[in-house]
Amino acid sequence: MTEILLSLREVSMHFGGLKALDKVSFDLCNGEILGLIGPNGAGKTTCFNTVSGVYRPTSGEIRFGGIRTDGLPPHRMAALGIGRTFQIVRPFPNLSVLDNVIVAMGLPCYRGIIPSCGSWKRQTTRDGAMGLLSKVGLVSLASQKAGLLPLGNLRRLELARALALNPRLLLLDESFSGLRHEEIAMQEELVRKTRESGISILLIEHNMRVAMGLSDRLVVLDHGLKLAEGSPEEIRKNPEVIQAYLGKGGNSNAA
Amino acid sequence: MSDYTITIGTFIAIQAIVACGLNVIVGYAGQISLGHAAFFGIGAYSSALLTTAGGLSFWSALPLVLFITGFIGLVLGLPSLRLKEDFLAITTIGINFIVVSVFLYVPFFGGALGIGGIPRVILFGERLRGTPFLFLCLAFLAAVQLASWLFTRSWSGLACFALREDESAASSMGVSPVRFKLAAFILGTAMAGLGGALYAHFMRFISATDFGFPMSVMILSMVVLGGMGTLWGPVLGALVLGMLPEVFRPLTEYRMFLYAALLLLMIRFQPGGLLGESSFARQIFSRLKGGNQE
Repeated sequence: MTEILLSLREVSMHFGGLKALDKVSFDLCNGEILGLIGPNGAGKTTCFNTVSGVYRPTSGEIRFGGIRTDGLPPHRMAALGIGRTFQIVRPFPNLSVLDNVIVAMGLPCYRGIIPSCGSWKRQTTRDGAMGLLSKVGLVSLASQKAGLLPLGNLRRLELARALALNPRLLLLDESFSGLRHEEIAMQEELVRKTRESGISILLIEHNMRVAMGLSDRLVVLDHGLKLAEGSPEEIRKNPEVIQAYLGKGGNSNAA
Repeated sequence: MSDYTITIGTFIAIQAIVACGLNVIVGYAGQISLGHAAFFGIGAYSSALLTTAGGLSFWSALPLVLFITGFIGLVLGLPSLRLKEDFLAITTIGINFIVVSVFLYVPFFGGALGIGGIPRVILFGERLRGTPFLFLCLAFLAAVQLASWLFTRSWSGLACFALREDESAASSMGVSPVRFKLAAFILGTAMAGLGGALYAHFMRFISATDFGFPMSVMILSMVVLGGMGTLWGPVLGALVLGMLPEVFRPLTEYRMFLYAALLLLMIRFQPGGLLGESSFARQIFSRLKGGNQE
């Protein structure tokens, strides 16, 4: 049994009467790629936001590396070792691509008053950021303003920023959506390499081919409930999952 | 230099210091503030009270003034900075009015009569007035510029830029929004406090109306005109807005009209400010730079 990195226990998130998440439990092991899938409105992004600290769950327990983390704000989660990308990309538009990555490299310096007074314009910082940009293939655009980049490049920039945090867990929120075929292949390659470097990954994905191809295991959500959990083959055959995506067969409209 | 020029120059230097403070808050951290004159006033009043009723010298009062202004900035910033954009703008206007009312109606602050008899600054046994005082103000302006420059190079500064650009993304990278917005607010208000102290010892008489909402708008105009988030923008803004009414003085009735027209033209044609992105000045500068390399 491998070590569990992230565990959700009966996590619920209610917005008024809406149960966006209803007692969802699952574990993510060290070094694993876990896919989170489900139809629109299933609660995938809400689930992400409770893990990354944007929302405090209504009830339930989230543990990361053994520490209870539900209710901690996002900047504390980043410090604990969770990096994330956004479904709708969020670059720092008026900063250069390089500076976008450097912001994330400052993670250890943001916690104390004295380190946060240090200079970020150092060669070692710059070299580190350039190294990350070369990993995602954006070196030639380093001095461009991030706001000018097309979506494909921004998705890779977000990945570089998240990696600059030296995370133990990476949360990828639909980081393949809106990309061309070649770009998807490139992004898949990056995700695989990231996992090989020892970072666990939790990803939300709508593109089934990508989700099935990348993930070791999948968790299926529907209407805030966990519908199924298992290997891609098991999920593919699961009748409940098929029903959630395609609807009931036969005369379900008759009544 | 004539006394007139020196007086105008001193005013411009003091306002440039205050504008640089606002630039840290608005330009670097992206937090709109329409009440910056309140902190200018708090600096002026605390220095005035400490040197008259408190009997301190300007120099021993100054660290206290910076501390008091920064601390009040912290206390007022803590609830305000949880608000965003228009709500923050309205709250800061409110802060300005409240501070002015306190100066005006609390007898301790001299009420409508203000505070008079503020001593001159003494340096090396000299009472500074005229040109020496102008140089003192310019020296402080240089110090403020140096502090701003160091801030933009520090991780705190970068954290503020990130918050200005996208708060959610910044906090997902370990930047605590409250902490770094407050850092910018404290630094910016302390700079305003410094400007206030210089103003009090320059005028030697202050009253609440000097620090009202119109002053806040004026300071914000300087920052916007010069270029928000640029190092020299606020100084240039203070210089232009400080000189324009004087340049247009012969036109008497029309000078405020021309002044407003110029501001409107600026916003239409140079929205980023005189030194901002894609401004004429930047384009010419980069062309010269490019020409040199060839």
